[in-house]
Amino acid sequence: MEKLLEVKDLAVSFQTYFGEVEAVRGVSFHVNKGETVALVGESGCGKSVTANSIMQLLPMPPAFYKRGQILFEGEDIVKKSEKEMQKIRGNKISMIFQDPMTSLNPTMRIGKQIVEGLIKHQKLSAKEAEKKAIEMLDLVSVPQPEKRIKQYPHEFSGGMRQRVMIALAMVSNPKLLIADEPTTALDVTVQAQILDLMKGIQEKLGTSIILITHDLGVVADMCDRVIVMYAGQLMEEGTVYEIFKNPKHPYTRKLLGSVPRLDMSRSEMLHSIEGTPPDLYRPPKGCPFYDRCDEAMIICKDHMPQKEYHTDTHYSCCWLNHPMAAGVAEGSEI
Amino acid sequence: MAKYILKRLAMAIVTIWAVITVTFILMHSVPGDPFANESKKIPEAVYQNLLREYGLDKPYSQQYMMYLKNIARFNFGQSMKSNTETVNEMIARGFPVSATLGIQAILIALIFGPALGAIAALYQNKTPDYIAMIISIIGVSVPSFVMGSFLIQFVARNVEWIPIGGWGEWRHVLLPSLALATMPLAQFARLMRSSMLEVLGQDYIKTAKSKGISRAAVIMKHAVRNAILPIVSILGTTISNLVAGSFVIEKIFGIPGLGMFFTTSVFNRDYTLIMGVTVFYALVLVVMMLAVDIAYTLIDPRIRLTKEGR
Amino acid sequence: MEQTAYTKDMFKKAPKDNRNAEQIRRPTIKFWADVWRRLKQNKLAMVGLVLLILMGIMSIIGPSLSGHHYYEQDYSQVNVKPNNQYWFGTDELGRDLFSRVWLGTRYSLFIGIAAALVDFGIGVVYGGVAGMASRKVDAFMMRIAEVIYSIPYMLVVVLISVVFSTAGSGTSMSILILAMTITGWVPMANLVRGQVLQLKESEYSLASESLGASKWWILRKHIIPNTLGPILVNVTLTIPRAIFAEATLSFMGLGLQPPSPSLGTLANDGLAVMPIGLFYQISIPALVISLIMFSFNVLGDGLRDALDPRLRK
Repeated sequence: MEKLLEVKDLAVSFQTYFGEVEAVRGVSFHVNKGETVALVGESGCGKSVTANSIMQLLPMPPAFYKRGQILFEGEDIVKKSEKEMQKIRGNKISMIFQDPMTSLNPTMRIGKQIVEGLIKHQKLSAKEAEKKAIEMLDLVSVPQPEKRIKQYPHEFSGGMRQRVMIALAMVSNPKLLIADEPTTALDVTVQAQILDLMKGIQEKLGTSIILITHDLGVVADMCDRVIVMYAGQLMEEGTVYEIFKNPKHPYTRKLLGSVPRLDMSRSEMLHSIEGTPPDLYRPPKGCPFYDRCDEAMIICKDHMPQKEYHTDTHYSCCWLNHPMAAGVAEGSEI
Repeated sequence: MAKYILKRLAMAIVTIWAVITVTFILMHSVPGDPFANESKKIPEAVYQNLLREYGLDKPYSQQYMMYLKNIARFNFGQSMKSNTETVNEMIARGFPVSATLGIQAILIALIFGPALGAIAALYQNKTPDYIAMIISIIGVSVPSFVMGSFLIQFVARNVEWIPIGGWGEWRHVLLPSLALATMPLAQFARLMRSSMLEVLGQDYIKTAKSKGISRAAVIMKHAVRNAILPIVSILGTTISNLVAGSFVIEKIFGIPGLGMFFTTSVFNRDYTLIMGVTVFYALVLVVMMLAVDIAYTLIDPRIRLTKEGR
Repeated sequence: MEQTAYTKDMFKKAPKDNRNAEQIRRPTIKFWADVWRRLKQNKLAMVGLVLLILMGIMSIIGPSLSGHHYYEQDYSQVNVKPNNQYWFGTDELGRDLFSRVWLGTRYSLFIGIAAALVDFGIGVVYGGVAGMASRKVDAFMMRIAEVIYSIPYMLVVVLISVVFSTAGSGTSMSILILAMTITGWVPMANLVRGQVLQLKESEYSLASESLGASKWWILRKHIIPNTLGPILVNVTLTIPRAIFAEATLSFMGLGLQPPSPSLGTLANDGLAVMPIGLFYQISIPALVISLIMFSFNVLGDGLRDALDPRLRK
């Protein structure tokens, strides 16, 4: 399996009026060709910042790359200039965003918006561009594409707009697609359609996808591997099967436990995780999940846990999995 | 959309009617009558003749209807102080001059204002921003007549080929239009700046960037195109304020435009002229504002297509 | 990576009270104190504020400082450039410009603030009534307001001044204020009406959710600051507009009755002597007008920025 993207110890911070906020605190993962990797976590855990930094889309003051590398096809993106990045964006790596209602320019026609990047990257003529736009709308199952390319975003529904976004992102057949919560703002039925669409496109074009979401149902449906993020750090990583069947991190377990299921009994309470994630302005020294973890140990407070590998592909960062923790029963109370 | 235009048209007509009526009432509530200030004593018979000629001997309601009818035929009546020209003729003489001045000023403001504002937004909190904002603050705070006076003082007196006043060649338009343009230019710059800043924070700008198009394309095709909309929406009131500024500028620079006629008529208490010019101005302004409103609905596709069936 | 030795008892369960799940590490701050803090950060706005205070003080004590009366005419001291005796010089009639300028400032400021307050009064009442009234009445009222507002401001101002003034002797102050407020109150009315509508809506949702009094209090804490903010900004930015209108009127000969000075009449008088080289007579009042307008503008801007929650730095 060839590595398409490799992130090594990435740390990204924001300089604010009261100090430095460490949004991403040392994250390492990779994406292989043709696979779909889920980046899972609560709001504010740093997953969007990570995604945006792959595309160098963060506003550079106040954000800055504190350390680390992002290797795409062997080259370090962090070191690339804006002009070099422009050749990559919309060309080799594309991104789709969460809110389709605000992600499209309200004063520009849809057709133009779809092929705008392509025209620049491949120097198409107007006719070729129009043809391509129709082709893409067709690919994402938007009916009457010839008529639709001349229309404006407000003439499309939310689901349709997201399809347009996908068309826009896929038009140059990128190697990597980063989808930042693509279905969060959509109705459930539309969600399923969009996901199916993405799956179909992936099969057809062999694109690698990083799917950012906080919805584990989506993950199970589409992804090959899962990365769990919390407070700017990775808590656990593994294949979908490993994560769902054998979660090794208390946070992952809680996340899985909080997904409501149709086969739950009526009287069963919904499980939620109490509390809120820590403020990354003065991040905790130890495990960031310490304050909300039912299984926390004394060592967890001040010491950052290391990666413990369970299989070749599955690791977790938790003291419970450290050899010295043997004997402390899982899920037990004081 | 047609419904919208009709509605605005109806409003415009009502407004014009309101202006005419208000003007009429005001002019006829002036204590005394227009001939009372004449220094020479007029014989009674001549006085009665004059009254009859201007229709001032008839009851108000009749005068009002007559006036309305005249206006509908674009007859603004006789000037009370000038024996040689009708109000129509004076308006016809002065309006083109004022219009030229006004158009120049607006063009200057529309070209340089948003440009300044956009630059300020793009270099937010850095030197270009501060410079642009200081210029705009000064532009907004220094009244046009002050600017005009200063320009005369420090530019016209020192530069040979720039005349101090008068009208006739393109040189004459330079300073006055500049003086007139500073305030709207500054307003546009400030508005453009905040509009750009807001637009630049929108999601679709991120989308545009993520497509890998050049920074210039992002700015021009996505940011500016959306940021300029609010400026079009205040264009109407800006033009209205421009007219106010023109009164003073024309006086300072001795430009024989409608503004100067108006100012002089006010000074002389030439009531028919005042009424005529006022109504004419109101007409022009209301029509302009209607045009701007319609233009706005045409430019913003969200509004343009709301009523269209699909 | 630290290589400290981990002891076995570090791997025991941590006591629950040792942790706080919901702590927020950033300092929190009260609303108006925050607004003031942010305003203070804006150096330009602070400059404006200081200038206004200074000019306000001068407008009160200025005219008495110089030892000359503003109407006193001394024909032996006509058109004198600024010197030790006459700090701002004298005008055509030998009057002391220092006292005239500061008295003029007093009048101009008064007119500007009065006009803004009248606008505020009418606007609040009209907007409040429209907001509380039924939909139909509201629509009707706002329609009328729209027509009134579309009558060009300057035209109305000039017309009213023309009608109620006497040739050669200027307009009274109350007429000037009337002229400027006749159409200017509409934006304020719109603002207030919008806020009232918002308040109405939240009251109903309150009632339907039947929440306790504490929520009322919280909404007051949100609605009132939300309302007062834009209103305050509006008032602050109306004042320069009124002062500007008064100055323009004076330029057209419709200003205050002589010998009462206003900054506009002073500028107009100064314009007359500019061709013979006496710049100070126009530049001093012009400078004062500009400074006043500048100060109100930057202050209004600063207030607007300080109240905008999105601009938190």
